[in-house]
Amino acid sequence: MDYAAVVVLQILYMIAFLALISAGLAIVFGMMRVINLAHGEFVMLGGYTTLACDRAGIDIWFAMLVIAPLVVGLVGLIIERLVIRFLYGRMIDTMLATWGLSLLLIGLVTLIFGSSAVSVAAPLPGYQLGEFQMGGYNLFIILVTLVLYVAMWVVLRHTRLGLVARGAMQNAEIASALGYNPRTVYMVTFTIGAALSGLAGGVLAPLTGLLPASGGAYIGQAFIAVITGGAGAVIAGTLASTGLFGVVSQLVSFAYSPVIGEIAMLALAIILLRLMPQGISGRFFRNSQ
Amino acid sequence: MKAWPSIGQIRWGWFLAAAAVLLLWPVFADTHTPTVLLIWALFALSLGLMWGYAGLLSFGHSAYFGLGAYTYAIAVINIGESTVPLLLAVLVPAVVAAVIGAMMFYGRISDVYMGVITLVVTLILFKFMSATAGDQYAIGDARLGGFNGIPGFPILNVPGMPEISLFGVPMYYIAAVSLLGCYLISRWILARSFGRVLVGIRENEARCELLGYSVPAYKTAIFTISAAMAGLAGCLFANWTEIVTPGVFSLRSAAEVIVWTIVGGVGTLIGPVLGAMALGMVKLLLGEQTVIDNSLLLGLILVVVVLAIPRGVVPALQGWWRGRARIRVQRAGHGRVRQRATTVRSGESATGWRRDAPGGSGASAEAPGTGGRLPAQRAVRP
Repeated sequence: MDYAAVVVLQILYMIAFLALISAGLAIVFGMMRVINLAHGEFVMLGGYTTLACDRAGIDIWFAMLVIAPLVVGLVGLIIERLVIRFLYGRMIDTMLATWGLSLLLIGLVTLIFGSSAVSVAAPLPGYQLGEFQMGGYNLFIILVTLVLYVAMWVVLRHTRLGLVARGAMQNAEIASALGYNPRTVYMVTFTIGAALSGLAGGVLAPLTGLLPASGGAYIGQAFIAVITGGAGAVIAGTLASTGLFGVVSQLVSFAYSPVIGEIAMLALAIILLRLMPQGISGRFFRNSQ
Repeated sequence: MKAWPSIGQIRWGWFLAAAAVLLLWPVFADTHTPTVLLIWALFALSLGLMWGYAGLLSFGHSAYFGLGAYTYAIAVINIGESTVPLLLAVLVPAVVAAVIGAMMFYGRISDVYMGVITLVVTLILFKFMSATAGDQYAIGDARLGGFNGIPGFPILNVPGMPEISLFGVPMYYIAAVSLLGCYLISRWILARSFGRVLVGIRENEARCELLGYSVPAYKTAIFTISAAMAGLAGCLFANWTEIVTPGVFSLRSAAEVIVWTIVGGVGTLIGPVLGAMALGMVKLLLGEQTVIDNSLLLGLILVVVVLAIPRGVVPALQGWWRGRARIRVQRAGHGRVRQRATTVRSGESATGWRRDAPGGSGASAEAPGTGGRLPAQRAVRP
């Protein structure tokens, strides 16, 4: 019974982890049709921001929940102004340029922090579940993800900002005729996407440890989760795909090994894309957000 | 030029000069570094053929390079003699690519989704090969060795004579002949109607389909050919390094070949070759020092090239050269000549390929009336 509870908690944690690292990419892809291959490095930068703040003696909760999103959002804003805005509508070029940015950021972080792995202490104690020792921090991750997705839904669905954003994405010319500059909307959207990635990186830093190259681990998973989810409905699609991937990868991991679990998840992504080239939301959630 | 067999746009003078330089090089200088540059050039050529002419960008072309390397190492340990392993190293990546390509292209998967699938294939191979430490992971006598890879396998030998190994200058000649041969094969392919249809698919997929060509079959075929060349490059690379590690499947390896190709010039064959050689040399030089991080520079080059010269260095230089020639023609002031020059020019722009509007996605990736600079329109429903 305890074992079943552990499995369920692990699956929930895995779904939350995937949904958290995919959020920023999903916003940027779903809203702007821009694939940001530097997304993993945004997450990594969020982690290093938390680390730097922690070392400087700043309260770690404040660092990961406030400073990390702000710093990475600012980085995203600078990158949008310097690079991305010249490439709207050129999907492959955007992917290549952001891939270059990702290498650039890895190089910069290596120069500043060195290439060895560092870790941040988890600020929550573990707890006992029957005979199993569980990390209390995992529950916090699940909570953060829930709050984040509810907030995203509310902002997109029930605020003026969300309305303008959706309008600009649906028809840039009409939005612009109504007085909303689409380019400003794209800029704000990209910045918010980067800030969400920074939040994910900051919150996950105590669990995953940090390496300059650790963004590579996130981008693969976030990339397939978001593309498989599809651009038709950002939130529903991403949640559906991360839910599916989380369940499959964790069940296979418990049955065989974590590596096989990860391979099962990647293979599932190929099969899903073959069956549903427009993503899950292109097929099932056409009318939701 | 009638004396030579016609294979399209090849300039035989330039080709023979380049071949002569490559073949005479060992007389004057060391061959160790040039060998690996030629191998990387072959790898970039394989991607450039597929990306530049059929408009198919594989984000994980290192999968086939790595498969070639692993296939050779595993087969040569089991067989001992290198002829069959060499053939297998070309065949296995080709078969894998044919299966994956057929799955993608008959499923009408293109651009971004093709990018995801090709990348995921590479990631799967990387994860799997990294996790194969231990005796239970062995194919015949070859232990896969996990993250440490497979060291110490026999390198290429004279066919039928396993005791005579080919390394040093002979290895250089194998790489040089492979590159020249694959270049000729690529030119020959592009001169056939097969190649013309590929370019047609790149320009307008729907139109080719309506003309009766099976677009998925053509795409699968060029994907397979390209993977076979990448596999050959991988096999040669394994012989050069004399060890195969999962690093050949890594994201960085996948990124490098794309950078080489795009910097050199997509839509040409010589561009990727020169790009791979120049940037490969930069990479080797940077590897010897620790002041500038290697990926910092690679990333910077990629960003700057995409922003400033999105077609790559070689096409940019060609355009500049032709522009000068055109000005000279116009200055000569003959009406007829000017008219001819204009005709050539319009012909160029009809086939000149903009990378921002690849095949099937072109229509959806550009919002009409916005100059193609805005993201796609899509249905956002509340």
